[in-house]
Amino acid sequence: MTHLSIDHVSRWFGNVVAVNDITMSIGPGVTGLLGPNGAGKSTLINMMGGFLAPSNGTVTLDGATIWRNAGIYRHIGIVPEREAMYDFLTGREFVVANAELHGLGRAEAARALATVEMEYAQDRKISTYSKGMRQRVKMASALVHDPSVLLLDEPFNGMDPRQRMQLMELLRQMGDQGRTVLFSSHILEEVEQLASHIEVVVAGRHAASGDFRKIRRLMTDRPHRYLIRSDNDRALAGALIADPSTAGIEVDLAEGALRVQAVDFGRFTELLPRVAREHGIRLLTVSPSDESLESVFSYLVAA
Amino acid sequence: MSTTTPAAPPAPPRAPKAALFHPTVARLTYRALLGRRRALILFALPTLLVVLAIAVRALANADDSTAGGILGGFALGTMVPLIGVIAGTGAIGPEIDDGSVVYLLAKPVTRPTIIFTKLLVAIGVTVVFSSLPVLLAGYLLNGNSQQMAVGYAVAAAIASVAYSALFLLFGTLTRHAVVFGLVYALVWEALMGTLIPGAKTLSVQQWALAVGQRVAAEGAITSDVGLPTAICLLVGLTVVATWYAGRRLKSLTLTGEE
Repeated sequence: MTHLSIDHVSRWFGNVVAVNDITMSIGPGVTGLLGPNGAGKSTLINMMGGFLAPSNGTVTLDGATIWRNAGIYRHIGIVPEREAMYDFLTGREFVVANAELHGLGRAEAARALATVEMEYAQDRKISTYSKGMRQRVKMASALVHDPSVLLLDEPFNGMDPRQRMQLMELLRQMGDQGRTVLFSSHILEEVEQLASHIEVVVAGRHAASGDFRKIRRLMTDRPHRYLIRSDNDRALAGALIADPSTAGIEVDLAEGALRVQAVDFGRFTELLPRVAREHGIRLLTVSPSDESLESVFSYLVAA
Repeated sequence: MSTTTPAAPPAPPRAPKAALFHPTVARLTYRALLGRRRALILFALPTLLVVLAIAVRALANADDSTAGGILGGFALGTMVPLIGVIAGTGAIGPEIDDGSVVYLLAKPVTRPTIIFTKLLVAIGVTVVFSSLPVLLAGYLLNGNSQQMAVGYAVAAAIASVAYSALFLLFGTLTRHAVVFGLVYALVWEALMGTLIPGAKTLSVQQWALAVGQRVAAEGAITSDVGLPTAICLLVGLTVVATWYAGRRLKSLTLTGEE
């Protein structure tokens, strides 16, 4: 059981539409669910995990409805975003309890703890764990029954780079083993490093789906805006506007800078330093002015 | 990190076993209940009752009416409902509040099983922390004269069942279950129940006392409700509250942090 299917799903809370008519299919391998905060990622994951009923549409795992189907949890492992997890237990006790709730025992719990390399701290109370250790024990509790589907809600939040790398490696291996691994993130680079397939959600809508590189290119090829300061703004503006990679330049007197809109990202990044060198202009500031994830996503939705 | 090999292709989802009690759910509930700070009240109130009984016995000549006042007034009127609030709401409320209930819900265990197991733990804790101290205090006060100690202890045990079910339901209904529980226990049971005649008919305390009345010697314990009515109401409340709590948990949704 590895195919999650979301079919024309909407979910609203009162008058607020959190998820708006989304259809997507998620199969084996690692899939990243990407979108800015508040885009509806957690709502979607909660519906896939059976913790939220869709207001409209269906969420199924290989044809079986997930909502109110306790039997489905034999095949799904969930790593929730929230921190709380029976802090009065030790890591081992927590994972053993999760195993027992699946009708399994200590052997499976030990194996799951070994998978996440938490044996060294398994007898410490969870309340003493760092964020990364908590995340790994949560992973162990989700893996204890060897599920074919793994759902992770913002798993890298608050982790340090080393912990992040370890978890990414683990998820990559889970995907290579043929499991369906879906994780949500609002950080482009995280998704880029881990998932070849991504689903982009913006403001409750399904904005893009497919190969990460294609979507990244779409993001890269959008018009870029830069704020540039140099020791000769007007000469630089004249030289840049002559090239078709530049669509518009504004001289911002108040800021003492140029506002440049580039339409060909690759060509412009090559053009700017060359033009500056050829004209003997010294570049003081080159900063992208619309690189926020929200603006990238907004462009994707419009595209 | 090391890896595991996926097991053989999993079987299609099947309905989980229908057992109504799950020992792991019970263990987690029990440890959560006794591991929190509010559990101190569970120990403090019975201790206060026993200390009070010893003091009364030592300082005054404890007669049956004094014993009745302490066991009926403080124990049944205040202590038992308070312990019911702590155990009933504490068996599920904090897990729903902090989201850790997700680890129970994301398992092939039916939600009625989770509720029923939690109810049994809440009943167990309430009985241990209310009925046993009442029995002990009763013996200390008047040596179980007129079967008062046993009568009040039975009433406390019966009330424990109904309170546990009621407050467990509160725990699934609202984040402010403890507040509502306290209002019910202190305002309705302790105040209205003693002042307004009509309210007495709808008081768990009075229903339980009706059973205690039957156990103790005639006239030793009194209740404003007849035994058949009391039993019907006790069973009805417990069954309906448990059923509805199960329904609530079945429809419990987690909305995430967005």
